[in-house]
Amino acid sequence: MKVAIFPPNSLILADLIERRGHKALVLQNEIRKKVKDPEIDSPPFNLTEEDPIKGLKYAAIEVPSGVRGRMSIFGPLIEEAEAAIIMDEAPFGFGCIGCARTNELCVFYLRKRGIPTLELKYPKTKDETTELVNKINTFLDSLEENNG
Amino acid sequence: MVKIAQISCGTEYSGVQKEIEKAASTFGAEIVIPETDIDYIDEAYEKFGFNCASSGIRLMIARAMSIVEGKSDADAVFIATCFRCAEGALVRNEVRRFIQQNTRLPVVTYSFTERTKADELFIRMEALVTTVARKSILAREKQEGLTLGVDSGSTTTKVVLMENNEVIGTGWLPTTDVVGCTNDGIAQAMEGTGYSMDDIEGMGVTGYGRLTIGKKMEAELIQEELSVNSKGAVYLAGHQKGEATVLDIGGMDNKVITVNDGIPDNFTMGGICAGASGRFLEITARRLGADISELGPMAIKGNYKNALLNSYCIVFGIQDLVTSLAAGGSKEDVAAAACHSVAEQVYEQQLQEIDVREPLIQVGGTSLIEGLVEAVSDVLGGIDVIVPEYSQYIGAVGSALLVSGLGKRQE
Repeated sequence: MKVAIFPPNSLILADLIERRGHKALVLQNEIRKKVKDPEIDSPPFNLTEEDPIKGLKYAAIEVPSGVRGRMSIFGPLIEEAEAAIIMDEAPFGFGCIGCARTNELCVFYLRKRGIPTLELKYPKTKDETTELVNKINTFLDSLEENNG
Repeated sequence: MVKIAQISCGTEYSGVQKEIEKAASTFGAEIVIPETDIDYIDEAYEKFGFNCASSGIRLMIARAMSIVEGKSDADAVFIATCFRCAEGALVRNEVRRFIQQNTRLPVVTYSFTERTKADELFIRMEALVTTVARKSILAREKQEGLTLGVDSGSTTTKVVLMENNEVIGTGWLPTTDVVGCTNDGIAQAMEGTGYSMDDIEGMGVTGYGRLTIGKKMEAELIQEELSVNSKGAVYLAGHQKGEATVLDIGGMDNKVITVNDGIPDNFTMGGICAGASGRFLEITARRLGADISELGPMAIKGNYKNALLNSYCIVFGIQDLVTSLAAGGSKEDVAAAACHSVAEQVYEQQLQEIDVREPLIQVGGTSLIEGLVEAVSDVLGGIDVIVPEYSQYIGAVGSALLVSGLGKRQE
């Protein structure tokens, strides 16, 4: 199944999902498509004026361009997702897209989708980490079963 | 090459990063990103003390700290955040203050949208680069010798002749042919002084026509209006140290510049609505059968609350004023309402984009309309508004001041 993650660029979450045989919908793949496009020359991500305009689908014009630019990439991933894992209170190193308002909007849209969603708090101890990985694995395996 | 450190949030996701870099390179500068690592972000954030939710904003704080603590090398700083982001606007301003208080680096700030193009950033980047490259000129606080300043504006050409820290002649005329108007303006300024072009030591030019005039007349200083107007305003207002805001409500466009020790650090310019310009007041004066110079004193005697104005528009707003007159309203109240309308719209369109710092120095031709000055102060909650002498010649005075010491024509 296609699993969206939050933060949308968390390599650890993506890896856990791939290991259980699902497809992780990560931001890096989308950015990769953009930066490989020889038609566009707008470093570093090759986002142009058109992208925040595409983001109007998710947030109105009074919302800052940075939020809409981010949503233009993450919004389609949310729409494509069949399941989601949301990690709350994660430090920058775990994954981060830099903008608190975009974070709020992404999590809200993921919840609104009504797809199987696992919400977690970032672990602080070794035991919590083990428990968290188990929860994620159980969730991912249950998706497989639900999917038949 | 001048290194401009970029401290920003959201530029890469708004598609404007390339425009910023293009604007910098046009003026021979390069954009550099100050060094930070993950641990340093937390350390700097704690030290700075501003609680913010976005990690991109925390990164801005860390980058600013990196410059202040000397971990990154830069000649100037460009601070930018997304337009309409409250957290971004608050931190942008605090980071600006932090850098200005702890370093001698020139800073320029900006709030961008996805529509921001390189040419909108040109004047800011040019101001940053010239502030670095011409530090000694901008430090000048006194005019010496005999110098000429020309402000070749889009609507009017202003000329001043200065001698030993005093304005001794002025010229003012509507701009048509830029070179011809400058020559006529110079003739006006020289008249009665006993001096001719052969006597001046140097000439400084600014305004839209600066490159054409500067080249043609071999001016010693050709400088964008942001630095020149800031310098001219604080010089004439006797406020060369500390913070201030310079407001110029023009005939066609409006400029607001915030300055720190006479050096500009933010700027906003608007010109899409005639209702927020001097043109609105010109039309009002005409409808009142008065000269524009009479409008100010008239407005001071009136009360804007007595003349109902439902629109800022130059068409519908003026109609409201006419209706008010027809209903027996006084000319004074109508004049006051017109001034209040322009001040309110300038506030809503422009002053809200910028952190207004006291004192506010009002300049340009419209600063001579007392009713407008009073309305601006009123709209801003009664802040201190200074209108210096020669306020309509601000760019020309700034040019004459900055070129003094550069001119070698008499040697």
